[in-house]
Amino acid sequence: MTTELLMWLIPLPPALAFFAILLFTNKSKALSHTVGVGAAFLSWLGAMIVFVRALGVENLARNPFVSRINWMPTGDSYFQIGVQVDPLTAVMLFFVTLCVLMIFIYSVGYHNFGQPKGDHDVKGLPPHGATVDGHAVPSVEPMYSRFFAFIGLFAFGMLALVLTDNVLVMFMGWEIMGLCSYLLIGFWYAKPSARDAAVKAFMTTRVGDVFMLLGIAFLYSVTGSLSYKDVFSENVLRALASVPSGVFGLSAAGLIGLLLFIGTIGKSAQFPLHVWLPDAMEGPTPVSAMIHAAAMVSAGVYAVIRMFPLTSLDPKTMSFIAFIGAFTALFAATIAVAQNDIKRVLAYSTISQLGFMIAALGIHAYVAATFHLVTHAFFKALLFLGSGSVIHGMEHGVLHTGNHKVDPQDMFNMGGLRKKMPITFWTFLIGGFALSGFPLVTAGFWSKDEIFADAWAHGHWAVFLTLALAAFLTAFYTMRQITLTFFGEARTEEAKHARETPWTMTMPLVILSVFAVGYGWLGMPHWLTGGLVPNWFHDFVGSMLTEHQAELGFNIVPLATSLVVALGGLAAGYFMYRDVKSAAEDKLQIPVLVNKWYVDEFYQVALIQPAIWFSDTFVSKWMDKGFIDGILHSFGPATGGVGRVIRERFDIPVVNQFFGDGASEASWWLGRNLRPIQTGRIQQYLVLTLVILLAVGGLIYFLLTA
Amino acid sequence: MDFLNTHLLSLILFVPTIAALIMLLLPNDARLQRWFAFGASLISLVLALVLWSKFDPAAVGFQFEEKYVWYEALNSTFHLGVDGISFSMILLTTILTPLAILASFNISDRVKTYMMLFLFLETGMLGVFMALDLLIFFAFWEIGLVPMYFLINQWGSANKDYASLKFLIYTMGGSLGLLLAVQMLGVLFGTYDLVALYEKWTALPADLPLMGMTVGTVKTIAFWAFVVAFAVKVPLWPFHTWLPDAHTEAPTAGSMLLAGVLLKLGAYGFIRLVLPLYPVESKYFAGALAFLAVAAIVFGAFGSFGQSDFKRLVAYSSVNHMGFVVLGIAAAALAVGTMDARTAMNGAVLQMFNHGLSSAGMFFLVGVIYERTHTRDLERYGGLFTLIPAYGALLIFTSMASLGLPGLNGFVSEFLVVRGAYQPLTAYTFISMLGLFFTGAYILKAIKKVLHGPLDEQWAHGEHKISEINLREVLVMAPLMILMLLTGIYPMWILDIINKAVTALF
Repeated sequence: MTTELLMWLIPLPPALAFFAILLFTNKSKALSHTVGVGAAFLSWLGAMIVFVRALGVENLARNPFVSRINWMPTGDSYFQIGVQVDPLTAVMLFFVTLCVLMIFIYSVGYHNFGQPKGDHDVKGLPPHGATVDGHAVPSVEPMYSRFFAFIGLFAFGMLALVLTDNVLVMFMGWEIMGLCSYLLIGFWYAKPSARDAAVKAFMTTRVGDVFMLLGIAFLYSVTGSLSYKDVFSENVLRALASVPSGVFGLSAAGLIGLLLFIGTIGKSAQFPLHVWLPDAMEGPTPVSAMIHAAAMVSAGVYAVIRMFPLTSLDPKTMSFIAFIGAFTALFAATIAVAQNDIKRVLAYSTISQLGFMIAALGIHAYVAATFHLVTHAFFKALLFLGSGSVIHGMEHGVLHTGNHKVDPQDMFNMGGLRKKMPITFWTFLIGGFALSGFPLVTAGFWSKDEIFADAWAHGHWAVFLTLALAAFLTAFYTMRQITLTFFGEARTEEAKHARETPWTMTMPLVILSVFAVGYGWLGMPHWLTGGLVPNWFHDFVGSMLTEHQAELGFNIVPLATSLVVALGGLAAGYFMYRDVKSAAEDKLQIPVLVNKWYVDEFYQVALIQPAIWFSDTFVSKWMDKGFIDGILHSFGPATGGVGRVIRERFDIPVVNQFFGDGASEASWWLGRNLRPIQTGRIQQYLVLTLVILLAVGGLIYFLLTA
Repeated sequence: MDFLNTHLLSLILFVPTIAALIMLLLPNDARLQRWFAFGASLISLVLALVLWSKFDPAAVGFQFEEKYVWYEALNSTFHLGVDGISFSMILLTTILTPLAILASFNISDRVKTYMMLFLFLETGMLGVFMALDLLIFFAFWEIGLVPMYFLINQWGSANKDYASLKFLIYTMGGSLGLLLAVQMLGVLFGTYDLVALYEKWTALPADLPLMGMTVGTVKTIAFWAFVVAFAVKVPLWPFHTWLPDAHTEAPTAGSMLLAGVLLKLGAYGFIRLVLPLYPVESKYFAGALAFLAVAAIVFGAFGSFGQSDFKRLVAYSSVNHMGFVVLGIAAAALAVGTMDARTAMNGAVLQMFNHGLSSAGMFFLVGVIYERTHTRDLERYGGLFTLIPAYGALLIFTSMASLGLPGLNGFVSEFLVVRGAYQPLTAYTFISMLGLFFTGAYILKAIKKVLHGPLDEQWAHGEHKISEINLREVLVMAPLMILMLLTGIYPMWILDIINKAVTALF
C-alpha cells in the first residue's frame, strides 16, 4: 500500500467504528468493543508503518509525504484538503495512536466487561454494582457500546487534526473533539454535575474556537490559502510579518497568531479559560486520559507548535504566549496542592504542564515544547489510567463494605494501597516521578530540563523563575498524592479492601510506563551522552524549522535548578504528608486555593448571570415582546382609532346624520308641510293645475321672447 | 420525451397543483389522501432530479427557460427559468415537501384540505424560485402566504389566531412597497421581464429626472421597498417577531416548510432581485444591511437562549442562522467582483440550503416530542435520553448540524460567510461571533433540558409513558441527516452548482 493512501486511511477506522457501533453492533457489548479496539489497533498499525517509512526519508521536513484532493469550489479554483506527514506529524502520530490504543484496551476493564448486569443500573448513571451469591460485585456499564462509539469518534477527530495539511481541517478535527469531549464528559448525563460539566467544557472551549475561526478567516483572506505549505512559504511569511493589522500594533502574522492562540487557550485549558478541565473529571476516567493526554489538550499545544513559523514572527504575540503559559503553569500548580480528589490533582497538573509547553513556545523553545508534549502525553495518560485503576480498586472496597457515602476518589480515604495494588502503585510511581521530573531516568526530567535550559540560555528570567517555582510545586503535589494514596496505612475500611484491577487495565499501565521512562532517552542532550547516542528528537523535530536551532550546550544553572526543584519537591511532599491522617490535618487546605482562586464564582457573577438576564429579560421580554411587538400591537389600536375617528367625526355626523338622516328629515318635513294641499277636492286640484299651467306657460313665453 | 424537456419547470411547478385539484375528487379516505399527496410531491422531486441530471452548471444565465403570454395588456409574460442558485432552492423545496407531508401522516383532522394546502404551498414556493418575470414573482410570493395562513389558523395550537394574523398581515404589509416598486418598473419599461429589467433599470443614469425626482432618489426608495419586503420574510432584526409566534403555533409540518423554505424566499429575493437590480444602492447600503444581519445573528441567538418553550427556542434559532445568510449577501454586495464576494455569496446560498435541512429537522423533532408529551415547556422534560435513546441521537445529530459543527453541513456555509465577510465587513464579522458563540449556548441548553439530567419519572410510567421515535418518523429524518452529513463531508456535490452560478453573477 502506498504511504499516501495509508495516510488517508489512518483516521478512518475509528470513525467507521463510531457509525458501525451506533447503527449495528450497539446491542452486543463484545462485538462493540471488538470493533472499537480493532479500529484503534488498525489506526495504530497504519501509523507505525507510516512512522517507520517517514524515518527512512532523507530530510522529511522538506519532503513530507503529501496527498491532496479538491474539496470545495471557491470561485474559479478549488479549496484542497489533504494529508501530510512531516517530522512533527510523525512524532504526534506515534504517541497519539499508541495512547489511544492503550486507552481503548483499558476501557474494556474499566467499564467492567464480563461482569453481570447491575441490580439497579440505569442508562445515564454510573453502574452501582450487582449482587452475585450475596456478594456485591462491580456491574458492567449499561452504555458500554456507546462509550466505544464515542471514543472512536474522538480518536478520529484527533487523527484528522494531526494528519491534515491545512488549518481548516485542523479546526474541523478540533471541533469534532469538542463535541466528543462534550458527549463523554456528559457520558453519565443523568448526573447533574456531569451534565453541567459537559456544557461548561463545550462552551468554554467555544470561546476560544470563535476567535480561532476568525483567525482562520483572516489568514485565508490575506494569503488565499490555508495549507501549511503555502502559508509557511517564505514569501507569504515575510509579507505577513510586514503588513500591519491595525490592532494593538501587531503585524498581520501577530494578529493571526494571537487569534489562533486564543483557540488554544480554550482547548488547552490555559488561564483564563482553564475552568472546564477540572470539571471534565466528571467523565469516565479513560475519557480523562483521552482529553488530557492523547487528544484534546494536546491538540491545542500542537496547534501552536504547528503555527509556530507564523506566530513566532511577532514578538508581542510571543510575549503574550510566554506570559499566559508561565502564569498558568504556576497558577494551576498552586491550586493542585490543595485538591483532595485524586483526579482533580491530575487535572490541575495537566493545566500546569500545558503551561510549561506554551511558555516554552513563547520563548521560541520549539523542540523543547514538542518534546515535553510527547513525554507529558505518555506519563499523563499513565497517571490518569493509574488513578482510574486506584478508583476502581477503591470502588471494590466500597462495594465490599456497602458504605456508599465513602468517596472512592478522595485521597484522604485511601492510604497504604501500594500493597493492595502493586502494579498500579509501581506504574503510578513511575508516572508521578516522570511528572515531577525525577532526574536522569524519567522522560519528564529530560523534557522539562530542556525547557529550563532554553529559558536560561536566552535570558528569559521571569519565565525561568516562574517555571522553576511551578516545577517545585509539581513535584510537591505529586508526592503528596502518591504519599496519601499509596503509602502509610489505610485510612478507611474501604481502602483495606481495595483490590488490584484486571489485566486489561494494568497492561496499558505497564506499556505506558515503559514510554514514560524510555522516551526521554530519545532526546538526551549531547553533553551527557557525549555523542554516543544522537539527540534524535532534537534533530528530527528541529528540522521542521527553517532556521535550525542549535542544541544548547551544558550549563549548570538550569540543570541544578531542575534537580533541586524535583528532588526538593518530592522530599517535601513525602515528609509533609507521611503521617497526615485526615484532611483536617492538612495545613495547605487554604480556602483560596481549595476554591481555585474563586474564578468560577467570578465568571458566574460577571458573565453567566448577566448573559442569562440579557437573554431572557432584556432581549426576549423587553426588546421583542415589549418594544418591537409593542409597536406592532399599536398598529391595531392605531388603525382602529383612525377608523373610530372617521366614524364619529365624519360617518355619523356628516354621512349618517347630515346627509342620511337629514335627507329623510327633509323629505318628511316637506311631506308634512305639503299635506294641507292634499285635500281630495277635484276643484282645488283643477285650480292648482291651472295656476301651474299658466305660470309655466308664462315662464316659457318669457324665455322664448326674451 | 420532448415535452418533458421543454416543459420541465412547468411540470415541477404545477404537478402539485394538479394533484391538489384531483384530490377534490378523491373519496373520503384519509389513508388514500395521505399517500396520494405524498406520491404527488414525490413526482415533483423525481422531476427535480431529472432537472438536475440535465442541468449544465457551467452554462451562464438561465436554463430550461419557458415563456408564455400571460397578461398581454400589462406585457407580463409567464417566464420561468433556473440557474444554479434557484436550482439549489428548487431541490430543497422538492425534498422538504414530501418529507413534510410524510411528517403529517398523523394528522387526522380534515386530511384532504390539509394535504391540498400543502400541495398548493409547494407550487407557491417553487413559483418564486422559478419566476423570471416580476409580476409572476410577486404573484407566487403572495400565493404562498394563503395556504400557510390557513395551515396555521386551522391546524395550529392555542394561540393560532393571533399568530396566523400576525404572519399574514406582517408579510403582506411588508410587500406593499414591493408591489408599488414592481408596478413602477413595469410602467416605466413596459415589461416585467427580469432579464430585460436587469439591463434597462441599471442602465438608467442616476441624475435623470423621474416622477419629479431623480432616478437616483427613486432607485433608493424602490431599493428600500424591496428590502423591507424581503427583510420581513427572512426575517431580519427588527422585523422578526412574527416568526416565533407563527412557528410556535403552526403544525409541525407547517413549521418545517415555513423555516425550511418560506424564509428562503426572502433571502432569495435579495439575491435574485435586490443585488442585480440595485447594484449601486446595495453596495452603498451594504453596511446597513450588515448591521441588521448582525443584529439578527446576535439578538436571535440571545433570544433563543432566553426561551423556555422548545419550539420558540428553535424558531429564534432561525433568526440567528438566517442572519448569516444576509451577512453573506451584504458582504457580496459590498465587495462585488472580488473573491470575497463570491465566497460570501457561496456561503449565503449554501447556508440557505443548509438551514433548510437542519431547521426542518429540528422542527420535526420538536413536533415528535410535543406529540408524545403535549408540552413544549423545557422545564417539564428532563433525562429523556434514557427512555428514548434513538430520538436523543437524532436530536443531538440535528442540533449539532444546526450549531455548525464541522463535519456537518452548517459549518461549511458559516465558514464561507465568515471568510467572505471578514475583509469587507471586519467589525461586523467580529460581532457576529458573539452570536455564533451563543448558538452553542442555546443548542446545548435545549439538549440539556430535554435529554440530560435526572429523569422526570412521569414520562417513564403510566399514561404519560413516552414512546420511542417510530419508523415513519425516522424515515422523515433519515434523508435530512444523510444530506447534512454529505454536505459537511463533501460540500462539492451542491456547492459546485451554486459556485458556478455565483461566479457568473458576482
